[in-house]
Amino acid sequence: MSTISTDTHQHAGQHDADHGHHHPPAGFKRWFYTTNHKDIGTLYLLFALTMFFIGGLMAMVIRAELFQPGLQLVQPDFFNQMTTVHGLIMVFGAVMPAFTGLANWLIPMMIGAPDMALPRMNNWSFWILPFAFAILLMSLFMEGGGPGFGWTFYAPLSTKYSGDSTALFVFSVHIMGISSIMGAINVIVTIFNLRAPGMTWMKMPLFVWTWLITAFLLIAVMPVLAGTVTMVLTDKYFGTSFFDAAGGGDPVLFQHIFWFFGHPEVYIMILPAFGIVSSIVPTFARKPLFGYASMVYATSSIALLSFLVWAHHMFTTGMPVFAELFFMYCTMLIAVPTGVKVFNWVATMWRGALTFEVPMMFAIAFIVLFTIGGFSGLMLAITPADFQYHDTYFVVAHFHYVLVTGAIFSIIAAAYYWLPKWTGHMYDETLGQWHFWCSLISVNLLFFPMHFVGLAGMPRRIPDYALQFADFNALISIGGFAFGLSQLLFLWVVVKCINGGKPATNQVWEGAEGLEWQLTSPPPYHSFTTPPDVK
Amino acid sequence: MAKTYQHYYVPEQSPWPIVGAIALFLLAFGAGHFVNEVTRNKDGHGEYMLLAGVALLLFMLVGWFRNVIDESMGGLYSEQMDRSFRQGMSWFIFSEVMFFFAFFGALFYARMIAMPWLDGESNNAMTAEILWPDFSAHWPMTKTPGGVETNAMPWQGLPLYNTLILLTSSVTLQFAHVALEQGKRLQLRLMLLLTILLGASFLALQAYEYMHAYQDLNLRLDSGIYGNTFFLLTGFHGLHVTLGAIFLTVIWLRIMLKNHFTAHNHFAFQAAAWYWHFVDVVWLCLFVFVYVL
Repeated sequence: MSTISTDTHQHAGQHDADHGHHHPPAGFKRWFYTTNHKDIGTLYLLFALTMFFIGGLMAMVIRAELFQPGLQLVQPDFFNQMTTVHGLIMVFGAVMPAFTGLANWLIPMMIGAPDMALPRMNNWSFWILPFAFAILLMSLFMEGGGPGFGWTFYAPLSTKYSGDSTALFVFSVHIMGISSIMGAINVIVTIFNLRAPGMTWMKMPLFVWTWLITAFLLIAVMPVLAGTVTMVLTDKYFGTSFFDAAGGGDPVLFQHIFWFFGHPEVYIMILPAFGIVSSIVPTFARKPLFGYASMVYATSSIALLSFLVWAHHMFTTGMPVFAELFFMYCTMLIAVPTGVKVFNWVATMWRGALTFEVPMMFAIAFIVLFTIGGFSGLMLAITPADFQYHDTYFVVAHFHYVLVTGAIFSIIAAAYYWLPKWTGHMYDETLGQWHFWCSLISVNLLFFPMHFVGLAGMPRRIPDYALQFADFNALISIGGFAFGLSQLLFLWVVVKCINGGKPATNQVWEGAEGLEWQLTSPPPYHSFTTPPDVK
Repeated sequence: MAKTYQHYYVPEQSPWPIVGAIALFLLAFGAGHFVNEVTRNKDGHGEYMLLAGVALLLFMLVGWFRNVIDESMGGLYSEQMDRSFRQGMSWFIFSEVMFFFAFFGALFYARMIAMPWLDGESNNAMTAEILWPDFSAHWPMTKTPGGVETNAMPWQGLPLYNTLILLTSSVTLQFAHVALEQGKRLQLRLMLLLTILLGASFLALQAYEYMHAYQDLNLRLDSGIYGNTFFLLTGFHGLHVTLGAIFLTVIWLRIMLKNHFTAHNHFAFQAAAWYWHFVDVVWLCLFVFVYVL
């Protein structure tokens, strides 16, 4: 990437662009009526943090029940609701909104734009989210309980054997989908249309690139999810039989449609993480990113391949052998571009002048632990081996390695990395290091033994288990509680950083490059009212 | 990268998005309860919430669009803004394509894979023999494995006329567009009106076809996978035609009453036209895959 410098003649009388509105209005209007990408980004991030703790509490319930064999604390029905809503909240309420919040805050600053392309729609796509989750959470308290069919809501669990809350679940997912689609349209249009002069495609920061591709995936698959939940609704309430063999349908059809959405969705939750790590590693290695162009191509190939691998979630449903082989090979192909990325991150660090501030620690942990999750993914991709692993804790271990130590670690890394830019204060490095080490140790205690109990045959989503899994499960639960408590440290660091701390310089990090580091910390309410010159 | 960048209009604060969010909340929460009340004969007031949501959503749409139209007519927008709108609309239509793709996918899967398997193909010979001995694979599936019988909707007659009507409406809309670009206002008004009338007659005929299906053919939403895919695909298409027709009507009223749109500045017209052509293409796929084949 080339060097970038801002135009110093920024205030050449262009006040008509934003009506001279340089200060945020006060009070509730600021947050409810806002059209400002930074305010909306903040809202998204705070919402995601809140949902992270609510979903986390549900995980604590799950781990408390699984601390020892037998039924102790909750009824199986409620346990099912906890696993279901935990998954839905973490996927749609924590990880995705956090990434969208980062996109809102960062993309306009990174490409030298005045704001997002469609600022009012931006507000709408945020504010419908809390309502969607309010509906989902309220459904837990209705008669018969909330959804308990798993976040994947397989038919016939969701069509024949589900409660009255299913309709609320369906409509809340519709709203989440609308929100994601609008957010994604906004990101794509902003990147296509609002780049500063000179910000050519191959000069864009990788975070922008990965989000562009993520947004494309979102627009392509969220409508398919909407179609899926609609079919569940009509099957359950209006007598259709899409997923019922007696009417000529097929329950396996549900899984095909769901995973056609679901697998690209997995990459929606990891591609922006790749972008974040690709921003952080060069800064703390004080070297440009190794293989920038190959990163772009690798991201694109991962996105394209993601449409051809969905049935690797369904190896045990009795598909024809040629289909199993096709999906096995396509899945394994994904290891190639992913390997390119991991190689590039390591090569970026190679012989760099490394320092290990908290963002870098989380980024390095991401590289190592995400790779572990990638490897267990390769194991799961092997069809005959998957017959053994399917629906065991091995799968739980796999996707928590990619989603917690992958997606969430990257989000935490991003928070530490850009918090000084957002707030104007440095975060507390000591507390941050404590947070990192507590998280790192506890998260591995939490998820690593799951591989073992899974391989030994412990099924997922069951509130009880055979006695031989007791010791490992106790360890896992202790790891879980410790990980949950460690996140309170994160909350403390964030609150403390918002309230004050050592003033941050504009560049914040010695090795940081990019347009956002040339603005003040915190940046002005409207960043680039005239476009910077990108050389 | 735009030369017009300097004039990018970032709108002031707006109350409409939060009004819309509350509307969607009422709509979804009301619908979630209403569906249970209707199908389970339970007491409740979901329908009031649902209606309140719809009303509030309409209120929001009118207010929001009025805002946007005022800004556009007030000259606040630039060429670059126009591009943002156009790109946004294109991606929105792409998302709609993917929505229909899910239902077409279900249709193809049910027809090409699930149905033959139910009749014993692949390695399902014994399953079919034991579970559904009387079932034989045939599309349209007029008898389900469970034994529900129905009749197929023929493509000749009404569906064919409807195809011609919708195709013609796309042509008249194109004429209207050309007339707009050439400044022939009278032709624009007439052609656009004709398009809307064709759309409305399509909808009327579609409603008649539904009655025919229910009363004469015993083809119902719950008549097995054939009826499911038939009604959901044509139903969602009909919903989109309705929205498209409303969209075009608003455009027509703006032309008739306020003389909006010029040869060079007519994003809303363009967006409505794109939407209409998209709905038309969906119908062509529908006609081929749901009716003819």
